[in-house]
Amino acid sequence: MRSASPILRAPLLSIYSALVFAFIYLPIVILILYSFNRDGVGGFPPRHFTLDWYRQLFADGPIWDAVWNSILVAAGAVALSLTLGLLAALALDRANFPGKALFRRLVLLPLILPGIITGLSLLMFAVFAGVQLSLLTVFLGHGTALISVATTELFAGLQKMDRAQEEASLDLGATPLRTFWRITLPNLKLSLIAAGLLIFTLSMDEIAVTFFLIGRDNTLPLEIWARLRRGITPEINAVSSLIFAVSVGLIVIWYRVRTRSPGAEARELF
Amino acid sequence: MYSRGYKSLVSLPPLLWVGLFLLLPYALMFAHSFWTIRDGLIVHHWNLDNYVTLFSKPIYLDVLFRTMRIAASVTLCSLLLGYPLAYYLSFHSGARKELLYQLVIVPLWVSYLVRGYAWKTILGSDGVLNGFLQYLHLTHEPVASLLYSPFAVVLMLTHIYTPFVFLPIYAALEHIPRPLVEASHDLGAGSAQTFLRVILPLSLPGLLAGATFAFVLSLGDFLAPLLVGGPSGTMIANVVQSLFGAAFDWPLGAAISVCILLITLTLLFLTEHLEKRWSFR
Repeated sequence: MRSASPILRAPLLSIYSALVFAFIYLPIVILILYSFNRDGVGGFPPRHFTLDWYRQLFADGPIWDAVWNSILVAAGAVALSLTLGLLAALALDRANFPGKALFRRLVLLPLILPGIITGLSLLMFAVFAGVQLSLLTVFLGHGTALISVATTELFAGLQKMDRAQEEASLDLGATPLRTFWRITLPNLKLSLIAAGLLIFTLSMDEIAVTFFLIGRDNTLPLEIWARLRRGITPEINAVSSLIFAVSVGLIVIWYRVRTRSPGAEARELF
Repeated sequence: MYSRGYKSLVSLPPLLWVGLFLLLPYALMFAHSFWTIRDGLIVHHWNLDNYVTLFSKPIYLDVLFRTMRIAASVTLCSLLLGYPLAYYLSFHSGARKELLYQLVIVPLWVSYLVRGYAWKTILGSDGVLNGFLQYLHLTHEPVASLLYSPFAVVLMLTHIYTPFVFLPIYAALEHIPRPLVEASHDLGAGSAQTFLRVILPLSLPGLLAGATFAFVLSLGDFLAPLLVGGPSGTMIANVVQSLFGAAFDWPLGAAISVCILLITLTLLFLTEHLEKRWSFR
């Protein structure tokens, strides 16, 4: 039909969209830029290039302790939520039980509700159960809340899966367990990796639920949060820029996996 | 084809876990909202006092209404930014569509805290924006009112939720059959008329989903007000947070949480039904 370049066809809309992109990216660009600014955060223009803030960051013990705590929690949350999410997805896909509709909604609730509600509910539960707040409670909180993500992703993967392979395996005499290991799991491999990466990223970044479940040891977002209350320093810019770099790295991997995964577009659960 | 053993083996663990670690905690929240605090201890004495307090003291309702205003502003701003962007990508971006799409998604994954912090450094009284204004000699004194205001909260949350709002709208626009748009043009409708009579109505379910997302997530946010809001930007979740912290009145805090939860669920329920009704099949 019309072949003019898109910018000529809708000049105002193009400019407007460019401005929206600028709005979305400007804060991140500024953040990164000022992590290299010798004179600290703020002021304009940034003048003297320096790597001092990164040097300071790498020598900062508490930050790296917090990073390690976050990695522990996130790894645990991935294991827990993938295990339960896989079972939940299988149950939703293949079994009928009373309260199935309710169960499906309940699992997804932490994804939809504001974090403070889930966080406080879990806090009350910890107090009710007489459990001391620690990284363990944070791990249980993340793992439980993120079952929602695992279930959604894996359910989509299951829906796209060809049942015939499983049937054949069972007909040929393989036990259900063997069929699960040799057929079901390998078929879900990509969905599992994609969901795992997503859960890891979300857990590393989680703050609203963590806020109420944290004990003495901070996760990285909570450590940054505590420092923000004392005032802003370019060191936080530096750590934020690194977080940004790592998230982008994980997203790239996630996309690679996801575009290859057969369940790429499926969102049946919603 | 799956045996009963298989089915119970896969359903029981998640059912038990979710029952214990999600249903029970949410139920505890509900129960707390009917209990009282006496001499600094929570007493399991069932009553409606917390809800009466909540609706009779203007301070709580005032904050709730302010929160709704802020959430509504965030929703409106994110729609004003997200919709045209989605429309541009879907109809006018040509070969760069896929790349631009990924560019909108990337920030969605970037730490909430990082993005909030970025705004703090931009808006602060010795922040980047003030430095920029002084550099241009537009002002000599720093403009103090940028940070720690409801405006800053709306700005930060809009920044965070614009990609969220964009996503469902873009999906809805992408699903509009292009022959419909061409038919509208062929039958003599101009661009504006085609947009208003064909494209906009067909994208309403996506618009609604995005708007609900932005509203609900802003409604329960307590971090943005703490980060950039200041006293005048306090939102309802901050009240809850302080009731669970220094003020130590868990029952009242739980009652407010239950209200937030009910507002959220009602909205989700309503929009789900509207979406179904408006969906193009």
